[in-house]
Amino acid sequence: MTEQTLPQADRRKRQLPQINPVYFVLAALIIAIIVMNPAFAEPIGYMNFLKRAAPLAILAAGQLYVIVSGGFDLSVGSVITLVVVGSSILSNNDPNSTWWVIATMFAIGAGVGLINGLVVCYLKVPSLIATLGMMITLNGVAFMWSGGSPRGYLTDQFRFFGRFNIPDLPLIRILPVALIVLIVLGFALYWLMHRTNLGRMIHAIGDNPRAANLAGVPVNRVRILAFMISSLSAVAAGIMLGGFAGVSTDVGTGYELQAITAAVLGGAQLLGGRGSVPAAIAGALTLNAIFTLLNFLGLPQPIRQVVQGLILIAAVAVAMQRRKHTGR
Amino acid sequence: MTDLTAPPSRYTFRFDRWAPALLLAIALLAYVVIALYTGQSQYLTVDNLISVLGRSIALGITAVGQTFAILVASIDLSVASLISAVSVLTSVIMNGNPAMVIPAVAAALALGLVVGLINGLIITRLEVNPLIATLGMSLIIQGCLSAFVSNFAGSVPPEFQVFAYGGFGSLSYSLIFLAILAVAAWFVLRHTRFGSDIYAVGGNKDAARVAGIKTARVTIGAHILCSLCAAMAGLYLASRLRSGAPWIGNDGVYDLESIAVVVIGGTILAGGRGGIWGTMAGVIIFSLIDSIFNLAGVDAFAKQVLRGIIIVAAVAFYAVRSKRLVA
Amino acid sequence: MSDTPVIAMAHISKSFPGVRALNDVSFACHAGQVHALVGENGAGKSTLIKILSGVYRPDAGNIVLNGANANFKHPVESLRAGISVIYQEFSLLPERTVAQNIFLGREPRKGVVLDHAAMRAETRRVLDLFGAGTRVSPDALVADLDVATQQMVEIAKAISLDARVVVMDEPTAALNEAECEVLFATVDKLRERGTAIIYITHRMREVTRLADRVTVLKDGEVAAHFETPPAPDAIVRAMVGRDIADYYAPPATQAEIGAPVLTVRNGGNAFLHHIDLDLRAGEIVGFAGIQGAGRVALAMALFGQVPFTTGTVTLNGANAAFANPRDAIRGGVGLLPGDRKAEALVLMQSVRDNGLLTARAFAPLVGTQKSNAHASLTSMDALLDQMQVKATSYEQDIKFLSGGNQQKAVLARWLALKPKVLIFIEPTRGIDVNAKAGIYHLMRDLARAGTAIMMISSDLPEVIGAADRILVMRAGSIVAQFPHGAAETDIMLAATGETEVAA
Repeated sequence: MTEQTLPQADRRKRQLPQINPVYFVLAALIIAIIVMNPAFAEPIGYMNFLKRAAPLAILAAGQLYVIVSGGFDLSVGSVITLVVVGSSILSNNDPNSTWWVIATMFAIGAGVGLINGLVVCYLKVPSLIATLGMMITLNGVAFMWSGGSPRGYLTDQFRFFGRFNIPDLPLIRILPVALIVLIVLGFALYWLMHRTNLGRMIHAIGDNPRAANLAGVPVNRVRILAFMISSLSAVAAGIMLGGFAGVSTDVGTGYELQAITAAVLGGAQLLGGRGSVPAAIAGALTLNAIFTLLNFLGLPQPIRQVVQGLILIAAVAVAMQRRKHTGR
Repeated sequence: MTDLTAPPSRYTFRFDRWAPALLLAIALLAYVVIALYTGQSQYLTVDNLISVLGRSIALGITAVGQTFAILVASIDLSVASLISAVSVLTSVIMNGNPAMVIPAVAAALALGLVVGLINGLIITRLEVNPLIATLGMSLIIQGCLSAFVSNFAGSVPPEFQVFAYGGFGSLSYSLIFLAILAVAAWFVLRHTRFGSDIYAVGGNKDAARVAGIKTARVTIGAHILCSLCAAMAGLYLASRLRSGAPWIGNDGVYDLESIAVVVIGGTILAGGRGGIWGTMAGVIIFSLIDSIFNLAGVDAFAKQVLRGIIIVAAVAFYAVRSKRLVA
Repeated sequence: MSDTPVIAMAHISKSFPGVRALNDVSFACHAGQVHALVGENGAGKSTLIKILSGVYRPDAGNIVLNGANANFKHPVESLRAGISVIYQEFSLLPERTVAQNIFLGREPRKGVVLDHAAMRAETRRVLDLFGAGTRVSPDALVADLDVATQQMVEIAKAISLDARVVVMDEPTAALNEAECEVLFATVDKLRERGTAIIYITHRMREVTRLADRVTVLKDGEVAAHFETPPAPDAIVRAMVGRDIADYYAPPATQAEIGAPVLTVRNGGNAFLHHIDLDLRAGEIVGFAGIQGAGRVALAMALFGQVPFTTGTVTLNGANAAFANPRDAIRGGVGLLPGDRKAEALVLMQSVRDNGLLTARAFAPLVGTQKSNAHASLTSMDALLDQMQVKATSYEQDIKFLSGGNQQKAVLARWLALKPKVLIFIEPTRGIDVNAKAGIYHLMRDLARAGTAIMMISSDLPEVIGAADRILVMRAGSIVAQFPHGAAETDIMLAATGETEVAA
């Protein structure tokens, strides 16, 4: 109806591409960090920042698939734990094992996503409960597998993806492998979400599952795929985190909420229908930038959690108010 | 689709209404069978059943509150953190001094009140999805708590330990407290206008609003009751552990488990239907399952795995028959 | 009976973005009288009622209740002032008892404790007032009651509120004949009690049976007003008031109607019994019947959403008993759902994405969004252009479009796939009058191109005007058949079961 009433000026404004506010927030934070610590502007500074943020960025991009499809995936943190603990046990300090261990982990991730999706689609359990149940179960599995106290460590080959820097490059000096992984996976996830039919189907089932079903969309298949993509991204994040975190049964704890926070910061609509992969990645970088800033300010570690909680609530509240005013 | 909503013939027997009782009977039967099968029939006494229940007091108290939140079509995922915070707060204020019991209890209840009020305000005034609002609140509480303590803090004087350990014979005070709390909750839901409003807001918010009910106030009230119950569960756990532990809430998974027992008790997640007795049945079912694991000698980690599966299965038990699409 | 109205609405105007819903409408209702408010779908009846009850605020005009100004800002205010509106979608809580529903938000109390006994007694008293005491127990759950009884609970609620004005919005939409009679008797009782009743309907039979005065709305304006019950013809003339031949597309000629495309023999499921049906190429078959008669169930059975459990379905000779919508679409059946917002639109997506939804759903999942076997961005844009969909750009979110343009985008979704059978459920619901004609002509063009069309509508004049053949359903069966242009009363009689009309 609006089209008849919009004055000319408004009409032109509407056609301007709307830039997601998360990019401005990220830019402002980075400037703030540089002001407080000029070393951050050096390649070593920002490359290390990107390296540390890469796992969360991938996790957030994967989580976005489930959020846009209308659900939540709270099992990703426990998948990370399982990957780190399981890999250290399976590889048994044998450098040659890296590839098949990684393949096994992706297979496990696909299985976890498949089960999440099946439980939600066919047993009709709300995803929040289904994936929380999966979280408890997988944490239990990680405990059982490691006998309660994980031993051993990951081989350097395995840690390559998260830790290694390609040295002696011109201009940027170092290039972390983690950043390459982020760029490759980030682009793949962007392409899948914003350039393929699958992406449109995920938007449609999150927006209105009933309408999607009546329009012929294979709702269950698409939803299951969204959960699988999220779990697979958690495996990738777990492998990268294995590069710089120790082997423990709480390595993945809290990552599920960080991923959701990042996606929400990137403007993803809770309960489905709207979201952007690049913005979710920017949301993850923003969250990490905030944490970095808190470190510089010398605030104790737990304050991170408080700030994250506030951001989560504020981001959703602001989005709700904006939507109410603009009708979007 | 209106044509499809009227079924061809109407059944007066409603499976959902009887499901909690049915599940309770199955759990009891399984308990008896396992006890007999493993030759541990000494556990088949009334005293033992009471002690089985005694292990679920904290869950029971929390679940009474969660019932209010879910009935009003909301949810509270901050109860576990609040339980931890309250247990530490009371134990630190008491610090072994019997004179400080009453101030500590007052402080605990005040904290519950404030958290519930803030949860309710965020959900109703800022219109933040309750899942996210209470998850965020949970992070905030846990973060504040971890900033101050990382180990057992304070100590609870023996005078307050009576709450968890005292009783008439095998009937503990805490179990009586839970029973009284449940009756009080039933009374509020059945016999007060606030209770009636909770069902109305949870069942159909627009209808409630048109009938002149101040829906935001009802939602906030339900959240305050929910947080107050979590605070009482925290008091109980402080008394039981004789000191405050900042991990006690999350270790007990009280957020998810309280939701699970409410749902097993026949209260629907969409709100507006269910009640306190179902929740109590759910609590008993959960403690029976726990006891069955103990009788069968399931190890702690496997128990956790099974718990996760059972929670999902319990929700699926109700959800799978619904025609609605979920995400 | 004094001649001062209980409620008087004067010179009410209301516009929504792009639509003038009401223009200078005046309307009054007197104590102990039934004032019928008549008009086609989209004539402005519901808007007028929503202004009366405080859901909307008028742009201009004034409301006077018992001589006092009464411009309500909130439904609660109008309720307190004694105006009860019974909407088609009841505002009852299914999981609560009859008594709890009637006293929702104003339960009697002793101290802080609810007085259940008083609630029950008062509920019984109110139900007895119009002879419903034997049908309903105060302790029955509303979910266990049938629609007609639920409606009585709504009416009882209005009486217990001591409403001086009761508004009924198409109250017979879901009732069978016997239930209608119970309702009419209830309305008579209310009238005797001195209540002013605003009765919204588009059925002439109800107007002649009940109304003391009649106001006809058309396109947001008062088309006619009668101080005494007029002859049905006069009302119909005022309601339609335009050249029907122009409004609806001309019916199909014999030559245009081809061979049966879709055939059902003895089809049945929990909602349907012994369905025999032929849908022919080039023909629009209209389905009439009251709500719950099984028309939507039949559409959903053909579309595989709630499949037939017995009988045979064939499409061009091949088995077409589809198990789900995806199979049905693959087999060449399309469906435009009746509730656009809930069942058809993906509101947060663009106009173009909405149009392309089905084409993409049948393309490879990892294929490009730009084009597939059925459609491409450019072919969809051409289709939308051809249907004259009005939007600032096809990138615009579809929620900003008017109902008519949204419906065209949904239709484009199906045109891209060129189905052999296309089912329309309530194709013009919530669409303004001017856009309706466009939809009828699009339907006719599709039929001319050889599509078999099934149309379900609760708007009887629409079924009569747009369909080549009219089938009437009742209680899950097809009970009668009429040709294009049949009389409204004959169809109503068949639909409500007063007489059996041979097919």
